[in-house]
Amino acid sequence: MALSAAARKRWVTAALLAPAGLWLFFFLALPFLAILVFSLGERAPAGGYQPALTLANYLNLPARGAAFLNTALLAPVGAALCLAIAYPAAWFLALRVDPRHRLLLVALMIVPFWTSMLVRTYAWMYLLGARGIPQLLEMIGIENIRLINTPGAVLLGIVYGYLPLMVMPIYVSLEKLDRRLLEASSDLGARPMSTFLTVTLPLSMPGVMTGVALVSILLLGEYLIPQMLGGGKVYFIGNALVDLFLQSRNWPFGSAIAVTLVLGVVGVLLITMRIAWKVSGTRQMDLV
Amino acid sequence: MRVFLSAVYLFLYAPIALVVVFSFNAGRSATQMTGFSLQWYGKALSNVFLTDALKTSLIVAFTSAALAAVFGTMAAMGMERLGPRLRAVFDGMLAAAIVVPGVVIGIATLVALAGLFGVINPVLAELSSTAPQFQMGYLSLIAAHGLFSMALVAMIVKARIASLSRDIVEASYDLYAPPFATFFQIVLPQLRPSILAGFLMSFTFSFDDFIIAFFVAGAKTTLPMYVFASIRRGVTPEINAIATMVLVASLILIALAWLLMRERKPHAA
Repeated sequence: MALSAAARKRWVTAALLAPAGLWLFFFLALPFLAILVFSLGERAPAGGYQPALTLANYLNLPARGAAFLNTALLAPVGAALCLAIAYPAAWFLALRVDPRHRLLLVALMIVPFWTSMLVRTYAWMYLLGARGIPQLLEMIGIENIRLINTPGAVLLGIVYGYLPLMVMPIYVSLEKLDRRLLEASSDLGARPMSTFLTVTLPLSMPGVMTGVALVSILLLGEYLIPQMLGGGKVYFIGNALVDLFLQSRNWPFGSAIAVTLVLGVVGVLLITMRIAWKVSGTRQMDLV
Repeated sequence: MRVFLSAVYLFLYAPIALVVVFSFNAGRSATQMTGFSLQWYGKALSNVFLTDALKTSLIVAFTSAALAAVFGTMAAMGMERLGPRLRAVFDGMLAAAIVVPGVVIGIATLVALAGLFGVINPVLAELSSTAPQFQMGYLSLIAAHGLFSMALVAMIVKARIASLSRDIVEASYDLYAPPFATFFQIVLPQLRPSILAGFLMSFTFSFDDFIIAFFVAGAKTTLPMYVFASIRRGVTPEINAIATMVLVASLILIALAWLLMRERKPHAA
């Protein structure tokens, strides 16, 4: 069978995209559709799903209000704390560090992110737990200090876990910043602080917003950190989802929460992108 | 500023360092070293549950990363040939696969596969009493991990393709090289570092993932699931030993990825 050149080209394109397309369809689009349908259903008496068409699950969201509140409060605070530490660190790495050591220092900053989050969170569980720092405090006479299972412990875990991810995009945007602009600014008599505020900061906003978006999105779905350092007292949406799907087996209600979570993620993405475009005047996002 | 940066590095590394140090403790204490010993490593490595979980994790990580590397690269090349509208659809789907939280990916895969198996399994049982029944396990783990990984590889390779010069490919055609020869001799060598880096990142992602596996693993247990369950039973130096081994494994993978990324430099010049 002779195929025309154009037809053959189309077949090759289709063949190249078929595996990824099928994968995305069966394991992303279809499952998400399933959650949408489930979120409108009812819990079967024995747990699981039973068909129905109701918004009751969405109206019931306040029943897990604490999880939403904790997430909506601690995720932005955690991201802000990450940013407060990450920005000066990235600035220093990009603009002040000796270029001979830069590669090594930057690598040391990213490496933790590519090691197990579970193990890193465990490190703090270990340090803050009864036989860790509290035991040391007891030796110097400070007793009955509880560090673990507090909002503070969860925030500490968040900063520890996500600091590298915040540093990277900020570093990238500062590193490729045109140094001549900084010189021009100071040649024209601007003080270091005003150069920073009017030149450096706006030009690094795409990186800042990428970092904020990445960290916030991951925090919205966080499970391990609140579970291990919050001990069931400070729980996030992710913890509520695990409970609803694996323990109380209320799949329709869980699905409604999952759909709401995805909407939250989309909202965060839109807001951060909008701010980045507005401040920098460009339509770019700096990725790691 | 120098002090600040040093403090950041201390903050990042001191807790991990303590975990590693106490994995060599002779006693059970978490605050006092009572001597050097490798006993916790011996204990961990002779634990059958742990080695089984490690095996499961390695199989899932290798298979999902390999499939992701192949399919992701194919997708990146195919997308180059698409019209703007279909291309935007694929771009959107790949972005969604990356930004949708792992906990939602886990739930969605669980819900969809449970529904699917609920339909298929009774039919299979009807057809023959010895027919195998579908259940959550290796396949659901590989499918869910592969989703994120494939999107990751496609993104990385797509960025690399965009930075390649088309001249050399056209020169190859002008010299009458058939498309397959052009692909294997010209295009693939230039994409290889990105594909390998994508493979290693995918492997690391799958090997470290807890939350997706928690939903879709069925009767299987991955290494992070095993570690999580052990931590719930109580903090012991044995967990420190396991944690240290997991860290060393990640560091080896990162070092490999870094070496491969470095190799890219001469080509890019």
